[in-house]
Amino acid sequence: MLITEPLDFELPEPLKLDCGKELKQVNIRYETAGKLSPAADNAVLVAHALSGNSHVCGRYSADDTKPGWWDDMVGPGKAIDTDKYFVICSNVIGSCAGSTGPRSIDPDTGKPYNLTFPVITIRDMVRAQKHLVEHLGIKRLLAVIGGSMGGMQALEWAINFPDMVDGVIPIATTSQLSPQSIAFDWVGREAIKNDPRWNGGDYASDQVPEGGLSTARMLAHITYLSDESMSRKFGRELQDTDRYSFDFKRDFAVESYLEHQGRRFVEFFDANSYFYITRAMDYFDMARRSGGDLSKTLSAAKATFLVISFSSDWLFPTAESLKIVSALLKNRLNVSFCEIQSGYGHDAFLLEVDALGRMVRDFLRNILEVRRG
Amino acid sequence: MAEIHHHLEFKNRPDLEIIAELVDPGHRVLDLGCGDGVFLKLLKSKRGAEVLGMEIDSDLIAECIANGVPVVQSNLDGEFDFADDDSFDLVILSQTIQQMRHPDQLLRKIVRVGKLAAVSFINFGYFYCRMQLIFTGAMPRTRQIPYQWYNTPNIHLGTIKDFRRLCNHLGINVIQEIPIGQSFPLLTKHWSNLFAVGCVFLLEKK
Repeated sequence: MLITEPLDFELPEPLKLDCGKELKQVNIRYETAGKLSPAADNAVLVAHALSGNSHVCGRYSADDTKPGWWDDMVGPGKAIDTDKYFVICSNVIGSCAGSTGPRSIDPDTGKPYNLTFPVITIRDMVRAQKHLVEHLGIKRLLAVIGGSMGGMQALEWAINFPDMVDGVIPIATTSQLSPQSIAFDWVGREAIKNDPRWNGGDYASDQVPEGGLSTARMLAHITYLSDESMSRKFGRELQDTDRYSFDFKRDFAVESYLEHQGRRFVEFFDANSYFYITRAMDYFDMARRSGGDLSKTLSAAKATFLVISFSSDWLFPTAESLKIVSALLKNRLNVSFCEIQSGYGHDAFLLEVDALGRMVRDFLRNILEVRRG
Repeated sequence: MAEIHHHLEFKNRPDLEIIAELVDPGHRVLDLGCGDGVFLKLLKSKRGAEVLGMEIDSDLIAECIANGVPVVQSNLDGEFDFADDDSFDLVILSQTIQQMRHPDQLLRKIVRVGKLAAVSFINFGYFYCRMQLIFTGAMPRTRQIPYQWYNTPNIHLGTIKDFRRLCNHLGINVIQEIPIGQSFPLLTKHWSNLFAVGCVFLLEKK
């Protein structure tokens, strides 16, 4: 059994952010699995999505029942094989899972930042990761891989630190957040804002805006599924009853499921972090940096790419991946792309382990072979 | 050429042997309908080409990735807006054109992005096909195209003559025709539309 432990690293210097501000005493929560080779040439960085954390694989103890969030993909003998690769996963800044975020203590005031925390970007998250990678003694990553917001980070790695990464695997992601996604983020944040407990972001740890946050999560969760997966999983089934109640309590299995997802989410996620991380995604627009020319932005990249999308993902649909692929090809980069057939919607990147795993495994093996000559 | 002969997969694909000879080190090669990528892998390792494949089938794409060949999923119907004019030294379309919905549009695209295009296809003017149609009254079936008329993926079969006409109609320059047929070399050379089982056309835009 793979046992992992959360580790902390404090950045040696303040982190300069895209918004122009600096973040002091930044902590990075991270985990590693596998062994770094003597040449330090087998490191794979896994970047997590909105609600993710550094616990990508393994368990914290022998009797821990809940493995890491991508344990099906990462571990001994798995697609991202920890017998071969040194796997790193770091919690993004702005999060609430160990790295510095809006609920951390502002060293200047001795109080939680809350909304005085600077607005961060995906690129800021990656800048923090770069410090960690250097701290771990790695000059060049073998690969950066991530789904959804993790894929955005992988793309940022490719263009911001092109000499530090051989392979980039953006999965179920986009080069710019669509107006539809921005709209969903907005409604989610509005739900939190309208929760009186939120109080402009100043809430006590025992008075968190649970109602607003769970509504935001329920809304977002719908965007991670597909019509097909919801029909298959729930249909019009009723929950704990065989007739309509003729009131507005939950009747349907799908309602019960969303309620459960919302309730579970508030147990581990923070409302202010939800603000900051969704905002970071809203601002993610690679083409904008070159006057709308994505291929120009991506011209800085040198890596070999494996771009993956899923057929039923309507949050980050295949067309978005194809834009990335086309822009990379224009730069004559080494690119592979596949749309994996799946009914799971956006969540497929966590679930389609067989099809995805096969490609990722072979891709990593090949880039390691190329690197080692 | 020796190493290609040793590659068993290409034993029955003389068109690929012909096409491989067109590739020099450093050439940028695009193979449309590249299958499992073994041919591109060979062009990369043995002939020093920089390669890209396009393929529709996910399982074959996975095999390309395993073979270390960059591959992009595509049904080839869309515009090739990922590639500038003449950005490939060679574009290969080997025994794929007959499966395309719009072969004419595809030909226009490949001569745009490629300095040179190599198109190989099965010749339905081959006398064996003609005889099957005459004597059995049924659609021809050959070793290379073993399908029934109703389940064949080959929806646009044609003859060498048909292809010549299409190129002429599209204003595409035919640099060379290389008919394929082991049994009757001399007849194949002179009456290719009747005696060649297939043909490789080398094309360029005018």
